[in-house]
Amino acid sequence: MTLIDLANPTKFLSLTARVLPWLAGATAILLLVGFYQAAMAPDDYQQGATVKIMFVHVPNAWLAMFVWGVMSLAALGTLVWRHPLADVAAKAAAPIGAAFTFLALVTGSLWGRPMWGTYWEWDARLTSVLILFLMYLGLMALWRAVDDPSRAARAAAVLTLVGAINLPIIKFSVDWWNTLHQPAAVLRMGGPSLDKAFLIPLLVMAVGFSLLFVTLHLAAMRNEILRRRVRSLQMMQASQQAA
Amino acid sequence: MTALAALIRRDIKIALRVGGGALIGVLFFLTVTVLMPFAIGPDLALLTRLGPAILWLGALLASLLMLDRLFTADHEDGSLDLIVMGRAPLELACAAKALAHWLAAGVPLIVATPALGLLLNLDAAATSAVALTLLVGTPALTFTGMIGAALAVTLHRGGLLLAVLVLPLSIPVLIFGVAASQAAISGPLSFGTPFSILCALSLVSLVVGPFAAAASLRHGLD
Repeated sequence: MTLIDLANPTKFLSLTARVLPWLAGATAILLLVGFYQAAMAPDDYQQGATVKIMFVHVPNAWLAMFVWGVMSLAALGTLVWRHPLADVAAKAAAPIGAAFTFLALVTGSLWGRPMWGTYWEWDARLTSVLILFLMYLGLMALWRAVDDPSRAARAAAVLTLVGAINLPIIKFSVDWWNTLHQPAAVLRMGGPSLDKAFLIPLLVMAVGFSLLFVTLHLAAMRNEILRRRVRSLQMMQASQQAA
Repeated sequence: MTALAALIRRDIKIALRVGGGALIGVLFFLTVTVLMPFAIGPDLALLTRLGPAILWLGALLASLLMLDRLFTADHEDGSLDLIVMGRAPLELACAAKALAHWLAAGVPLIVATPALGLLLNLDAAATSAVALTLLVGTPALTFTGMIGAALAVTLHRGGLLLAVLVLPLSIPVLIFGVAASQAAISGPLSFGTPFSILCALSLVSLVVGPFAAAASLRHGLD
């Protein structure tokens, strides 16, 4: 089973129909375990119970960037390999990525209020994530503005690849600029600086949220394929009635 | 090379003649700048402090509004198809068009900046700092905006969609442009750092813009 075999939408639908229930189950179990572990994690000696926002905030922020990475790969699939499902994948990922970005911003804002004393601060990390959110919304507007899906797909692919420049800026913004947002604590040279009591629930939550994305993404891709089929059937019906 | 030079000459001529509308951008820039004191009040000290930001916003909006015509007019009369099919690489042709657009529409904005600086109570040093940052920053606005213009022409949509797509990409230019002018006026940070980043943004957009616009035209036109 290679990527090319999935180019056939019918094969893709039948495969995902078999895989999706398992994925959904695994997601539910991991997220339940993760939430339980997060609730049981000790309070931080400085931050108290608010440190638990981290277990939702960090996975969402990771996924906000990861989803744009997935869309960039799909954009390459559209422009370079002309993979038939690439534009479906790109279109289905955009709203999910926007939702993760929004959640990262909201949870970060709620965490910032007790810790920094402000809901919002115009520092480099926050600003670049906000730009990412605006670009997600712009991309969704682009998808909605054009009725021909293949035409919209190529335009969206170009924009997605241009927007991918923002990803390294977000990742390294905390190193390049002196920001209020703390620097990386997990993926960094010399190993994680986070204590095990926090690190393990965080990783469980990260895997759980990633599986949640995969599940939602596959389901959204199925919906998009079915939506296009319904639309072409409606067009056929309308042209038959007209004839 | 002669083809590209001819393209630049042609675009500048069209922009400056009747119906071109390059100078309308300057008029718009002037109007936006005049509007600001009405909105925030004629407090000269406050205007001095906000001046660089107002000038940068005005220039950003003016260049955004003029981008709409970068490819549309050529698409309407068919010359865009000739450019796409021509022997010159499409990336270079796009870069030439953007350069011509910047010369015809961007440079007048920079020339007008000193006069508008007077209205905002900026002294000579502050005005020249803003003009200098605009000089190195507006190419970035034109070359990233060109991506949006190319998308808009292939989708037959312009206006608001173009703005929604282009404005997030131009936020970094705005941040470092205003930061550099503020640093030159009041300190305490050094002028060099944000100014160098602004130059870097322009250079990056000089590379990325033509390729992305050419890709979008090549894949999008039918």
